[in-house]
Amino acid sequence: MYTKDGESYFIVDAHIALWDARPENQRNIHGKQFIDCFYDYHRNLSPESEVWPYEDYLYQGGARLMKDLFEDGYVDHAIFQPAHLGAFYHNGFGQTEEAFALARANPDKLTYNHCWDPRLEQAGLDQLRRDAERFGLKGAKLYTAEWHGDSRGYKLDDPWSYRYLEAAQELGIRNIHIHKGPTIRPLDRDAFDVADVDKVATDFPEMNFVVEHCGLPRLEDFCWIATQEPNVHAGLAVAIPFIHTRPRYFAQIIGELLYWLDENRIQFSSDYALWTPRWLIERFVDFQIPEDMTEYAPLTTAQKKKILGLNTAAMYDIEVPAELRLPREEPQAAAVAR
Amino acid sequence: MITEAQARSALDAVIDPELDEPITDLGFVRSLEVSGASVTVHLRLPTSFCSPNFAYLMASDAKDALSALPGAGEVAVFLDDHHDSDLINRGLAADAGYRGTFGDEAEDSLADLRAIFRRKAHTAAMERVLTALLRANRELREEDLHDVVLGDLPPGAATAALLRRREALGLDTAPSAFVLVDDDGNRYPRSEVPLRLRFARSIRISIDGNSHFCRGLLRTRYPESAADQSPVKEKVS
Repeated sequence: MYTKDGESYFIVDAHIALWDARPENQRNIHGKQFIDCFYDYHRNLSPESEVWPYEDYLYQGGARLMKDLFEDGYVDHAIFQPAHLGAFYHNGFGQTEEAFALARANPDKLTYNHCWDPRLEQAGLDQLRRDAERFGLKGAKLYTAEWHGDSRGYKLDDPWSYRYLEAAQELGIRNIHIHKGPTIRPLDRDAFDVADVDKVATDFPEMNFVVEHCGLPRLEDFCWIATQEPNVHAGLAVAIPFIHTRPRYFAQIIGELLYWLDENRIQFSSDYALWTPRWLIERFVDFQIPEDMTEYAPLTTAQKKKILGLNTAAMYDIEVPAELRLPREEPQAAAVAR
Repeated sequence: MITEAQARSALDAVIDPELDEPITDLGFVRSLEVSGASVTVHLRLPTSFCSPNFAYLMASDAKDALSALPGAGEVAVFLDDHHDSDLINRGLAADAGYRGTFGDEAEDSLADLRAIFRRKAHTAAMERVLTALLRANRELREEDLHDVVLGDLPPGAATAALLRRREALGLDTAPSAFVLVDDDGNRYPRSEVPLRLRFARSIRISIDGNSHFCRGLLRTRYPESAADQSPVKEKVS
């Protein structure tokens, strides 16, 4: 919980990781390039006081994660969204066992989402069924730009991908987070093209599709589909740190998302350990659209509460203490009748 | 004989398609060496994972631009520190072309890619001038933008940029031509104007944002590149 100026906010960090990018886990030069790229994001977009030494950035471990998120970071609940990246790291980038153990030890604070790769075909599908049961999955993170053999990415509307989504739906995995954002190799088979989200959002109306990094670097394509598909949501990972280096640009992003999507479909995420949540939450609560940007309405406190936690809490059935909820929005007709 | 100034000005014409800015302004040119008729250029990008099709496009455009200089002899272009550096540098040295360089992964041609971003660049330039017009004239309603023609625009960098983008797409640049048009130069119905402006805005924000991000990352990755980056001239926010 975060309190400022008499207002209290329930915070859900919708996208975190427990990764291991230490040299002994790097399979090849790409493993080093990948974490170096993340570290450049971190250095480029963080306030100077929040920049970590490189060594700390390679691996955090559970104790530090708990401290950064829940002791220092105001977070009430956080959701693991692991990327496997087996082509770059011996034991994967996201640390499944460690993260799951941590989530099991702190069920009120952590939710473990797992990942799958439809290019593993039947074997992966069988694994997904076992994983769903073992981890009690409510959601999954898909990294469509992941390398696999000669393939440098897949699409959500590939035939095997559909079979995985059908299985997920049947297993009660309703919340699908998709990495669409900067880095990695979009060649012609453009792994960041969000058109495939459009198709699956239509075909799986009971599932939620959270586009992480809200489609940046293709905000317009994302907004266009999100406007038409009510089950498409925007994750603010990588977009929200612009609040420090480029506040006017951040104002435009949030202004556009509120226009095209509405305030119920935007989720806060620190993308830990890319960034720590504390400063992002403080800045976001203090943030306001600059006055000369007359094309956008000012951000309201209720909108900030929804974005910082209430939207994700609703999606994941996370209980919110009564005093941190918003007053229920009564339909106009009912209010008049009373 | 080629002078270094000639070589540099040839590189000014090489554009990052997604950011819609010259690679020289972005600081992507790491080194330029001219010796008699031969030129050697090293390029650098904000991350090792920058998309390889754009990387190849800029590197091959650089090679073409330099080779086209009168009196040019051997031209060598290298892309440094990219995960596909070896592949791309081999392809450039052999003039293997896009498909020859990437094989099966390169299904579409670079011309299509270029065309997509040329259209986006036009849409963004159009939004910049129209939003500036709205801010400067509070009486103007969004629907009124339907009737604004090129001749109504104030002279300046943003208007000049729009005219260049229109020229690149083969659109009318006469003062009587309407400003708010689609990729083929057709007007939208008046009732659609607010929506179209809005969509154009999201494209412009994408391009500007990518530019902030890439320029910043380049400086983080190569601190010395800050000295090579020029401020963005025509963009307003």
